[in-house]
Amino acid sequence: MSRYIATRAIRGANLIVQEAQALLDKALAEKGPQTPVAFPNTAYYLPLINGLLGQEVSTLEGLVPVMARAQELLHPLPASHRWTPYLGETLDSGIATLLAEETIMAVRYVYGEQPERMPGFHLAGSFTSPDEPGKNGAGHLNGPIDDVQLRAWGIQLVDGRMPGFAAIVGCAKSNEVAVKIVRELQRRNILIFLAGNVNGRSIIHQLQEEGVEMGYDTYIVPFGTDTISAIYALGFATRSALTFGGLKGGQAREVLLYNRARVFAFVLALGEVDDLKYATAAGAISYGFPVIADTIIPQILPTGVTQYEHVISMPFDQIPGANDLERAEKLVQKCIEVRGVKVRVTEVPIPVPYGSAFEGEVVRKNDMRVEFGGKYSRAFEYLRMAGWDEVEDGKIQVVGPDISTVPEQGHMDMGIVVDVAGRKMQKDFEPVLERQIHYFVNGASGVQHIGQRDIAWIRISKAAAEKGFNLRHFGDILHARLHADFGAIVDKAQVTIYTDPPKVAEWLERARAAYNERNVRMAGMKDEDVPEFYTCTLCQSFAPTHVCIVSPERVGLCGAYSFLDCKASYEINPTGPNQPIVKGRLIDPEKGYWEGLNAVAVKNSQGKVNDVAMYSIMENPMTACGCFECIVMLIPETNGVMVVSREDTSMTPAGMTFSTLAGMAGGGLQTPGVMGVGKYFLTSPKFIKADGGFKRVVWMSSFLKESMADALKEVAEREGVPDLVDRIADERVATTVDELSAWLEEHGHPALMMPPIF
Amino acid sequence: MPKEQRVRTIDPAAAAVLARADALGISTAFSRAEVMKPCPIGSGDAGLCCKNCFMGPCRITKDGQVGVCGATVETIAARNMARAVAAGSSAHSDHGRDLAFTLEAVAKGEAPGYEIRDPFKLRQVAAQLGIPLNERSVYEIARDVAEVAIKEFGQQRGKLAWIKRAPQKRQELWARLGLIPRGIDREVVEILHRTHMGDDQDAEHILMASMRTALADGWGGSMWATDFSDILFGTPSPRLAQVNLGVLKDDQVNIVVHGHEPQLSLMVTEAVRDPELLAYARSKGANGINLCGICCTSNEVLMRQGIPSAGNFLHQELAILTGAVEIMMVDVQCIMQALNDVAGRYHTKLVTTSPKVKIAGALHMPFEPETGFETARQIVRLAIDNFANRGETHIPKEFEDLVPGFSHEYIGYMQGGVFRGSFRPLNNAIAAGRIRGVAGVVGCNNARTTQDLAHNTVVKELLANDVLVVQTGCGAIANAKYGLLVGEAAMEYAGPGLQEVCEAIGIPPVLHMGSCVDNTRILTVLSQMATEGGLGEDISDIPAVGIAPEWMSEKAIAIGTYCAASGAYVLFGVGSPVEFSQEVTRIMSEGWEATVGGKLEFVEDPQEIIRRSLDHIDKKRAALRLPAYDPARFGQSGDEPLQNYFSLPIEEQQALLYGTPSHEHAHTHDQGHSHDHGHSHN
Repeated sequence: MSRYIATRAIRGANLIVQEAQALLDKALAEKGPQTPVAFPNTAYYLPLINGLLGQEVSTLEGLVPVMARAQELLHPLPASHRWTPYLGETLDSGIATLLAEETIMAVRYVYGEQPERMPGFHLAGSFTSPDEPGKNGAGHLNGPIDDVQLRAWGIQLVDGRMPGFAAIVGCAKSNEVAVKIVRELQRRNILIFLAGNVNGRSIIHQLQEEGVEMGYDTYIVPFGTDTISAIYALGFATRSALTFGGLKGGQAREVLLYNRARVFAFVLALGEVDDLKYATAAGAISYGFPVIADTIIPQILPTGVTQYEHVISMPFDQIPGANDLERAEKLVQKCIEVRGVKVRVTEVPIPVPYGSAFEGEVVRKNDMRVEFGGKYSRAFEYLRMAGWDEVEDGKIQVVGPDISTVPEQGHMDMGIVVDVAGRKMQKDFEPVLERQIHYFVNGASGVQHIGQRDIAWIRISKAAAEKGFNLRHFGDILHARLHADFGAIVDKAQVTIYTDPPKVAEWLERARAAYNERNVRMAGMKDEDVPEFYTCTLCQSFAPTHVCIVSPERVGLCGAYSFLDCKASYEINPTGPNQPIVKGRLIDPEKGYWEGLNAVAVKNSQGKVNDVAMYSIMENPMTACGCFECIVMLIPETNGVMVVSREDTSMTPAGMTFSTLAGMAGGGLQTPGVMGVGKYFLTSPKFIKADGGFKRVVWMSSFLKESMADALKEVAEREGVPDLVDRIADERVATTVDELSAWLEEHGHPALMMPPIF
Repeated sequence: MPKEQRVRTIDPAAAAVLARADALGISTAFSRAEVMKPCPIGSGDAGLCCKNCFMGPCRITKDGQVGVCGATVETIAARNMARAVAAGSSAHSDHGRDLAFTLEAVAKGEAPGYEIRDPFKLRQVAAQLGIPLNERSVYEIARDVAEVAIKEFGQQRGKLAWIKRAPQKRQELWARLGLIPRGIDREVVEILHRTHMGDDQDAEHILMASMRTALADGWGGSMWATDFSDILFGTPSPRLAQVNLGVLKDDQVNIVVHGHEPQLSLMVTEAVRDPELLAYARSKGANGINLCGICCTSNEVLMRQGIPSAGNFLHQELAILTGAVEIMMVDVQCIMQALNDVAGRYHTKLVTTSPKVKIAGALHMPFEPETGFETARQIVRLAIDNFANRGETHIPKEFEDLVPGFSHEYIGYMQGGVFRGSFRPLNNAIAAGRIRGVAGVVGCNNARTTQDLAHNTVVKELLANDVLVVQTGCGAIANAKYGLLVGEAAMEYAGPGLQEVCEAIGIPPVLHMGSCVDNTRILTVLSQMATEGGLGEDISDIPAVGIAPEWMSEKAIAIGTYCAASGAYVLFGVGSPVEFSQEVTRIMSEGWEATVGGKLEFVEDPQEIIRRSLDHIDKKRAALRLPAYDPARFGQSGDEPLQNYFSLPIEEQQALLYGTPSHEHAHTHDQGHSHDHGHSHN
């Protein structure tokens, strides 16, 4: 601290705590102590209060001790002369501020004042709080990030694709600067949280005026236009520690240290900093998040509570640079430096901005210049290994007409064929690399990519086309990213884009033959056939005691890492998170115990787990971090299990939503009867094989039934009950055990006739 | 330096009172030191004296000379040193024992007026001792804790509990060297035995044993004393207070507490707030009751209650010489017998309160925990009754502010608050070179040197070199008198890096950590720094020194020895009691450095102390592969740029929120501050 900052922060803390207290008292009087309080779709109650104080607040009354604690943490202002120390006192006051701010937000939810209304505003992408009256993202800002989104981002946060988050508070010097700052952050895949204002004007207004899409899909989350809404950023940080760090509510010090060590976040204060911003920033500093201001404020350069400097002042107009855009760029650069965020930016030589933050961008029909695939045309992508001399690195060819020949909002057929060569390249890696085309192409701003193989569907926006984006740039993107991300196995890459109809047809046939061959090969790949499985400890930076074991028939629980992915990853980085494990002596083929696996589980889980059964949920099931796609859980009354998908926010027969269940399944804990899995593991013959296999599934989120319809149908046939999926209940027909039991009886689910599951 | 030209003190308050004492013909330690030349045998290079048996005393003045029994210079020097360690250890440890008894009495409900003021620390200490906490009252826990401590004083085998507070590596080293104390009393007794006529006669061997005895003090008796004082009277945290003779008040009853133990003086702090006694004081024409302290009893009540300090060790006679002291109440240690004579020249009553310390001619009112509060009230009443007898007063006007109270608990807290307290910021600052190193500048005043001069010289120079200073005892008071112990002092005296750290935390560049028994807090801090990581794994790895520039007591020798045995480089000023033996001097320096990583050296010249301190700190920095100290790299933090900003006209301030409106790039379509967007924040 500096005494100036300490004074302002402590003053701000005292004021906001009194305000929160008054608001709470008013709500208690008006609404009654038993009135429920909750943030939408989270199992962590009021997450910051839960994380720091261990209190699971669910009624207004529950906030009373929270405010009492906040009052205790307040301190008087430092004297202007002969002061006593103020740093510890300021940080305490900062925590008091956060407790007060979350209390205020909880009360605002009670009064229906959150998420903040903003007429005319529309959130980009999937707003995951369906209970909200704002009709799917229209007319209001985001409010807190729900658990679904937290987990969806989990894998990116843990594997470093998303290096951290920036909490931007205030208002930039100009709209142009505001846009530049978020673009610079997006380019680095840094998640952006927006809050606060200066004299009533917020960066959210600025971005809205400039037509910048805000929402989960663009990594720009507008929390609210007041400083208090910045609390949602710290609630997100707190939940990261609880979700991925295996920490429990009340482990305040550990939660804060977890964030300091693992969550690369910082606060960027744009414009004048007032008392409340200082107070909130003091709270953020306890999380190890430094504060960078673009105005004159005192600097606190000694390190310690944060990893590097605590507070940096970069008065905007004093930043060296030819113009404001350069200054904005340098400001972002400095933020990243101060937090020590490790950012890897691959320079991709295309005329539009590029970065993972643009992956979720949607190109709507009206904004579209041209599309490939979808309803009116066909697109496919095919990556194959070629001989060393058959590949000319960097060669990009367009065979056929360019997009200029297509009318506005028109369509054309296209095929992307990538030839790669490398000393360590293997045929098995073809699908691994090919699947990356989706992510690589999506990173371009104004380009949308959906699907894969011969169901790819690509759109180029008018804006991108106007900036000069054309077919050849797909090649540029793929060439650059294959080298940057897979340089260890890819030495040479060339790309051919086919739009010439006969050529497209010819290559489509070849591609399909290859897909078939791969399918057969993959389907034939059994756990028994390989001598080694792979560990995946990608998320150990977040979940230190969890280790995934990935086998040919068991995909990683995040769904992102299959056996071949792990194998390729090991080739790329032999000392990285994916290590081969020799299975060793087979102890039990039914449950899936191997000597080698047990030994690795002990070692990689820091001794927390002794045995792991690959094929059972009832006995030593595999642990989970927090990024699982689905949770499988025993429903004892039905002699079966239910499968809840991450996307499903409804109630389940277990009496808990996905979010609440996730708390039991995550954090590296081994809980018999509960297991986090990747959704394609459901289709594996090894799925809870020891417990009876897929026939044990009595309930399944409708999302899974629909999105995996074909695959599940095949499984049903394999299991000898062709209409099995129809006999599995979902949230539309049963959300209690009684309803479920009745429904299963009625539909004659096979699990009812199976031997007792335990 | 010719004695007659000697400057007695750098403190103008002391100088003024001394001038008056001279005028009145009253002798003080200052004047006696000029008359009483130190015995050359043992105080310098003239020789040594052994009086451990009655075949002697034997004076050794020549190389190769031996005593009647054949004891060599080395043996005699080592034995004298060892006996000083034993005496010093016994003093601090006995102090700790009495606190253990007090805690036990409180736990049993036998000490009315006392309470457990820091139950949190009690539980913490109990947890470290493995004492069960669940569903037990603080009294039950306190009883168990007191019992463990009391047992440790008389323990015969095993090891002291607090050894485990040292860094792991240090504990292993001690174990290897056989330095782990077995019981507190046992180690003291063993030194007395070993140094009896005809026993241990190998200098190195004697000195090893004296290290173990000193460790029994530092990690035993003294550490218990600190813990129990905190549990019983509250763990200190910073507060604003005042120091120097100017805190005595002309219009109030002045009571001065002096010595080292907090038990009774804490009771007096209660008694002087008693409305009945305050009314009584007013009835006697006084405007109130002013409680002040001297020496370490002062530090105890200063850091916990903010009771002002009238000064350090050499101020004890001077306080009485102001004519304004109704009662000087003394307990144990560092109490000059001369007080009785000085008091006799005034109305001042000298009251001895420890059953162990009686001074011929003084009023003896021995303290027991059971009756502590009553005794305190009696003393206060006596002081009020004495107010009427006061004659002319000459209170110097000088006093200075200070911020004491840096317990190691608070030092952890101040670096991160309730949730993030740690030593990480401090370690980082040292690792980065903002703080070059840490110096504990502690110890006494010594009438043979200019009062406070060496303390002040050393500390100011270290601060300018970005060395963070921690202090205890009379050394802390010495520098507080000159304004070094306030936050503002960082701006005035500290180098740029240290200044940044002080401003970040809001601390003075010199941290007052307590009384001399609280040097154990420094051990704890050093251990926590070693454990925090980044500065090695042991106390001896940390770029730190311990300095006692104006030492005089045997306790100081014990402290210096336990610090060295804990891995610190310790420098003593004034002169060397072992100077005559080059071998013993060598053993305690290079010898100890090789075995325990710390050493004890006696260096008279403050400039040489500074030079060696900085050299050592830089040597340790280099060993840790830390960047070489470079003050030019730091100093960009702080409130100063903002003060410049606020001195600007308001329009310029507003413009500067985003810098001055730019001429070179007029294209910016700045809409930054329009007010029409209605979402004002709360």
